[in-house]
Amino acid sequence: MGLRLSNLSVHYGQNLAVSGVHLEIGDGEVLALLGPSGCGKSTLLRAVAGLEQSSSGAVAWDDVDLAGVPVHRREFGLVFQDGQLFPHRDVAGNVAFGLRMRGADKRAQAERVAELLELVGLPGYGSRRTTELSGGEQQRVALARALAPRPKLLLLDEPLSALDRALREQLAADLAVLLRRAGATALLVTHDHGEAFALADRIALMRKGKIVQTGTPHEVRKRPADDDVAAFLGHTGESASCPCCGSPIPDSAVLGRHARHGR
Amino acid sequence: MRGTKIALGVGAAVPLLFLAVFFAWPVAAIIGLGLGESGVGAVLADSQTWELVAFTLGQAAASTVVALLAGLPVAYLLARCAVRGRGFVRLIVTIPFVLPTLVVGMAFRSLLGDSGVIAIVLANAFFNVAVVARTVGGLWANLDLRAEDAARALGASRWRAFTSVTLPALAPAIGSALAVVFLFCATSFGVVLVLGGSEYRTLETEIYLRTVQLLDLPGAAALSLVQLVAVVGALLAGAIARRRRETALALRRSAETARRPEGAEWVVVGAALTVVVLLLLPVFSLIVQSLSTRDGWSLAGYTALAGDAAESTLGVSGLAAAVNSLRTAFDATLLAMFLGVLAAVVLSQLRRRRGRLAEAMDMALMLPLGVSAVTVGFGYLVTMDSLPGDLRSSPVLVPFAQALVVMPLIIRTVLPVLRAIDDRLRQAAATLGASPLRVWREVDLPFAGRSLLAAAGFGYVVALGEFGATSFLVRPDAPTLPVAVSRLISRPGELNVQMAYASCVLLMIVTVAAVALVERVRVGSEALGEF
Repeated sequence: MGLRLSNLSVHYGQNLAVSGVHLEIGDGEVLALLGPSGCGKSTLLRAVAGLEQSSSGAVAWDDVDLAGVPVHRREFGLVFQDGQLFPHRDVAGNVAFGLRMRGADKRAQAERVAELLELVGLPGYGSRRTTELSGGEQQRVALARALAPRPKLLLLDEPLSALDRALREQLAADLAVLLRRAGATALLVTHDHGEAFALADRIALMRKGKIVQTGTPHEVRKRPADDDVAAFLGHTGESASCPCCGSPIPDSAVLGRHARHGR
Repeated sequence: MRGTKIALGVGAAVPLLFLAVFFAWPVAAIIGLGLGESGVGAVLADSQTWELVAFTLGQAAASTVVALLAGLPVAYLLARCAVRGRGFVRLIVTIPFVLPTLVVGMAFRSLLGDSGVIAIVLANAFFNVAVVARTVGGLWANLDLRAEDAARALGASRWRAFTSVTLPALAPAIGSALAVVFLFCATSFGVVLVLGGSEYRTLETEIYLRTVQLLDLPGAAALSLVQLVAVVGALLAGAIARRRRETALALRRSAETARRPEGAEWVVVGAALTVVVLLLLPVFSLIVQSLSTRDGWSLAGYTALAGDAAESTLGVSGLAAAVNSLRTAFDATLLAMFLGVLAAVVLSQLRRRRGRLAEAMDMALMLPLGVSAVTVGFGYLVTMDSLPGDLRSSPVLVPFAQALVVMPLIIRTVLPVLRAIDDRLRQAAATLGASPLRVWREVDLPFAGRSLLAAAGFGYVVALGEFGATSFLVRPDAPTLPVAVSRLISRPGELNVQMAYASCVLLMIVTVAAVALVERVRVGSEALGEF
């Protein structure tokens, strides 16, 4: 039945970064965890991956508590903001890494690598060095690497935010198709609501370590839980959005003031 | 996570236990021995003691200043100048640092005669130009040039931009280098023993003389205490400087920061090249001395070393001493690599979780660098017979003492590289199914591989030249080459001196070969290490 977080809290030093979170992700569902930077969403994701220790509550997969399961046995794929490809391996070596860890034989590895490079739109890139790739290509390889061992759950930590805007929109559209085609269950962490709306089946809004609202993109957009959520999202779905930062422009705003975002 | 904690605990315990048994205990025993006989007060009241302290610190300060002045232009050349032959300069500068102290002492004796203070200061500086050039140059190469460009664009002259922008940014590295150099100079043993004769003594040589010749243990213990206080102070200063260095700077890949020098910058390049030539001078002098006798050029020293003449003076042939040296240093390096790499791994892991603890452990592991090797060696003699298996008369003791000296160097070479690896790479590997051990093999090892080889190479040559502790522990019938040298120069006769010079040249050849190999390995990985 997928991932269930019950009453999960995570301390980061003295601070309570995640506070009493309940969340469920069904099989094959893509959930976006949306919130401003510093709201604890990345910490939550890291706790799910097993990289951060929770101070109370539980992370469970198919109703099995994962407390005693170390990172490398959880079979959750993780994509970082900036790829984090292994620089000493070529593209194929990166994509095959998880398969190798699971002891797949060479032929199975090669087949799966080819299949995934095809899926992410980089066929024939196997022997390239990762340093020769553009930022967008690196993220595609990072995605292929995470998907290759068929993870139960894919964790995406701001996967597009290091890219420039044109690339981000392009890759967001690709990613949406790709996740559906791979049938992946995914938890996407982002501060960009455009990205969340484009990719997710369901959105969870996070603020100061707490989930303040969950719902489909449509529900969240139409009926924000409170004024702060509305302000964070921009109050209507229809209004124009800033060309540089993507945030909605209120009707009353002077365009000149908003243009400062563009440096 | 609990498994990782246990592994970290065990990983930390092994090198620390080694440190406790083979460093802290012997040193404490020596100090206790001294304190027990209540002679410490007398020693501290003796004006001669404070003259010794003054001379030790004075010559160390002078040597440090000379090393800094000589090292900075070289650091600049290595870091910022896109000129040919940089690799060669790096090699030339590095060699003195790993040359056995006795060899350097002999080299300066061959150049300047037995002429006291100036020779001591120059010889100590000679060693440490490499520390300044590498520590400062390493940071300099990674400093963002654009801050300097910005200052120039704002109207600062080249010199002004250097003093107001670059120099403050380099301050942590300079501070760290000064602390280390001062430490080395204050505890330098072989050089002072060879060049100072009976006239000029430092704390280190005085400790040696009092324990070995005068059997004045309380005196030696009191002096050890004084030295220990100075060492801990210098280490603290270094640790503070290092902490600042590793955090606040905008670093760039070094390839982007080197430029072709222009205008007045050639003056600095000229100064750097002069330093390089000066560094080569004692080396050549040593080679010339080893080949010349009163009757002209001759290989007499070398042939005597291989033959009966050495056997009659040393009890063994020169060849046997050389083989013994190589084998002992190999064992020491193996042990030090095991302990040092283990400690570096634990330290790199600990800093992310427990910064304070990591810092304390880091400092503890650096202590052997500064404490008199002579004290350690003598401490072994006092304590080791309480261990099972009668270690005191065992040949195992020499590699143990050498490993203790080498381990800090290995940690300082490997640790910065491990710390520079983005932790998220390890996390990526873990989420892909790699166990902690597998992560180390797949991520850390490929990155640190080159620096591990470099550390082993450096460790080997340092072990090969170790003299302070070895001179205490070696059995009379199985001397290492440095010990053989010290025996040869204490005997009269031209042939003995000739053989000593020849041994030094042999040691130097092995050292140079090892360093050249290390430099080849390190190219491309851009020396992140601090030495």
